[in-house]
Amino acid sequence: MAPILQVENLNHIYSAGTPFEHAALTDVSFQVERGEFIGVIGHTGSGKSTLMQHLNGLLKPISGKILLDGQDIWENKTATRQSRFRVGLVFQYPEYQLFEETVYKDIAFGPKNMKLDAQEIDRRVREAAELVGITAQQLEVSPFDLSGGQKRRVAIAGVIAMEPEVLILDEPTAGLDPEGREEILANINAYRQAKKATVMMVSHSMTDVARLTDRLLVMNGSRLVMDGTPAQVFARAEELLEMGLDIPQITQVFLRLQQMGLPVEQVYTVEQVVAQIKKLTGGSCYA
Amino acid sequence: MLKDITLGQYFPGNSPVHRLDPRTKLILLVVYIVALFSAGNWVSYGVVFAFLAISIAVSQIPLKSILHGMKPLVFILIFTGILNIFFTAGETVLVSFWGISITLEGIIRAFFMVLRILMLITGTFLLTYTTSPISLTDGLESLLGPLKKLHLPVHELAMMMCIAMRFIPTLIEETDKIMSAQKARGADFESGSLLDRVKALVPILVPLFISAFRRADELATAMECRCYQGGDGRTKMKLLRYKLLDFKGFGVGVVLLAAVFVLGSFGL
Ligand SMILES: Nc1ncnc2c1ncn2[C@@H]1O[C@H](COP(=O)(O)OP(=O)(O)O)[C@@H](O)[C@H]1O
Ligand SMILES: [Mg+2]
Repeated sequence: MAPILQVENLNHIYSAGTPFEHAALTDVSFQVERGEFIGVIGHTGSGKSTLMQHLNGLLKPISGKILLDGQDIWENKTATRQSRFRVGLVFQYPEYQLFEETVYKDIAFGPKNMKLDAQEIDRRVREAAELVGITAQQLEVSPFDLSGGQKRRVAIAGVIAMEPEVLILDEPTAGLDPEGREEILANINAYRQAKKATVMMVSHSMTDVARLTDRLLVMNGSRLVMDGTPAQVFARAEELLEMGLDIPQITQVFLRLQQMGLPVEQVYTVEQVVAQIKKLTGGSCYA
Repeated sequence: MLKDITLGQYFPGNSPVHRLDPRTKLILLVVYIVALFSAGNWVSYGVVFAFLAISIAVSQIPLKSILHGMKPLVFILIFTGILNIFFTAGETVLVSFWGISITLEGIIRAFFMVLRILMLITGTFLLTYTTSPISLTDGLESLLGPLKKLHLPVHELAMMMCIAMRFIPTLIEETDKIMSAQKARGADFESGSLLDRVKALVPILVPLFISAFRRADELATAMECRCYQGGDGRTKMKLLRYKLLDFKGFGVGVVLLAAVFVLGSFGL
C-alpha cells in the first residue's frame, strides 16, 4: 500500500513578486505511513503552519507535489475538495472559528458540508462530542458560554466529526493550563485509537512529543532538517539547542550526567529514565 | 488573495515624498484633487497627470504595487466606463443598435471619467503608501485644529481614524485565517447560488465580529491602563514643523493649480 501522504519537493513563497516576498517552505519532502503519530517541531516562523496548510490543499505550492493515497491533491477540483475531508486540519486557537448558536450545530458544520444525510450527521456529532468529553447537555448550549478549554475541544470535535483519515493539529495545547492540555492530548489519542487514524501534531512541548509520537519532523528556517524517531532526533541534542529548540527536561538532565562522566545513555521518556537508574543502582530506584 | 488588498497600507521609505510633513501632503492632495476636477481638456489633464507621475517616480513606490491596489476597483471602473459610453448624448454617432447609439462624445467622456477616477484613487493611495497612519492622523488633527474652537472632538476623531487604519491589516489577516479554518471544515465560498454565497459568509462574519469586539475591549483597557484620557493636556513626542522641503512642495502645488486655471481660461 502506498503511504497515506507523500510530500515531494514542496516550495512555498508568500507574497511572491512583491517587496514583502518571503520563502516559507524550501524543498520539503517526506512521507507519512498509515497509522503513524508524527510530531512536528521547530522555531516560530520556521514554516510549520504553512506546511500543514499544504497537506489539505488550503495553500497551493509554488512547486512540488502532495500525494494523498497516491493521488495528487491538485490534479482536479474533486481531488482538492476530497483532500479537505480526508485530511482534517485543526488550526491554532481553533476556538476563534466557532460561530453557531449551539455546540451541536457547530460540530455539525463540517459533516453538513460533506453532504451527509441527517442520521449520519447526528451519529458523527454525538460520537465526536463523546470523544472530546462534551456532554449531551453541553451540545445544546451556545459555544460562547463554555470555558476556554471546552471551546477548544468543541472546535476539535468539529474537525473530528468529519472523520478524517489524517488528523493534523497545529499547536493544539497552546495557551491552556496543564489539565486542559492533558485532556486535549487524551482526546487526540482517543480519536487515533477509535478510527485507526494517522495524526500529525505541531507542538512546542518536547516532553509531549517525546512521550506520544512515533516520529518527529524538525523544521528550521523553511527547511525540513531532521526526520526520525524521537530517539534519533533527541540524540542530536546539540543541533536542536543550536536551532533554539528545547529538548525534554529529562534528556537535558541525562545529557549533563553524561558530561559529568556517569555511564548513562540518552533518554527521553520517563520509562527510559527508570530503566537507566535501575541499571546504575543495580535494580533499585531508591539507592 | 485578501492579503493583496493594499488599501491603507504604508510602504516605509525615505524618499522626499516620504519626508514631507503629513500636513503638506494632505494639503497637496486637496490641491491635486481640485486641479483634477478643474481640468477640462487634454492639455490640463496632461499637466495633472505629469504631477502625479513625477510624484510616484520620486516616491519610489513600485508602479506594480499601485496597480495591484487598483484590483478591487476594476469593476467600478468598467461600470463607469460603460455607463458613460451608452448614456452620453452626442452628435457624432459611431454605431447604433436597438435604439442605443454610441457616440464619439460618449467614448471621450467615458475615457475622461475613468481616467479621473483612476487618478483620484492613485493620488490618495500615494498619500497612504508614503505616510504612516500615525503621522497621517497627527497631520489631520493639526490641520483640523481650528475646529476645536467649535467644540468639535478633533483629537478623538483623529485617534479613531488612526486606530481604524492601524487595524485594517490586522482584520484582513484575521479574515484570512478564519476563512482558511472554515475551508478546512469544507466551507465553500466560491460556488452555489447568490443566496448560498451570502449564507456562506455567516461562518466568517460571526467569528470576525467577535474578535473585533474582543480586540476593541482589550485595546480600551490597555489605553486606560496608560492613563489615556483624550486630547486635553496631551503633549506630542513628534512635533510637526514645516521644513524647506515642505515649502518646495507648496511651490509645486501652487504652480499646478495656476497651470490648470490658466490653461482652463484659454479653453485648453
Ligand atoms: N499569510 C502570510 N503572509 C505572509 N507571510 C506569512 C504568512 N503566514 C506566514 N508567513 C511567514 O512565513 C513564515 C512561516 O510562518 P509559519 O508557517 O506560520 O511558521 P510557524 O507555524 O512555524 O511559526 C513566517 O516567517 C511568517 O512570517
Ligand atoms: Mg504556526
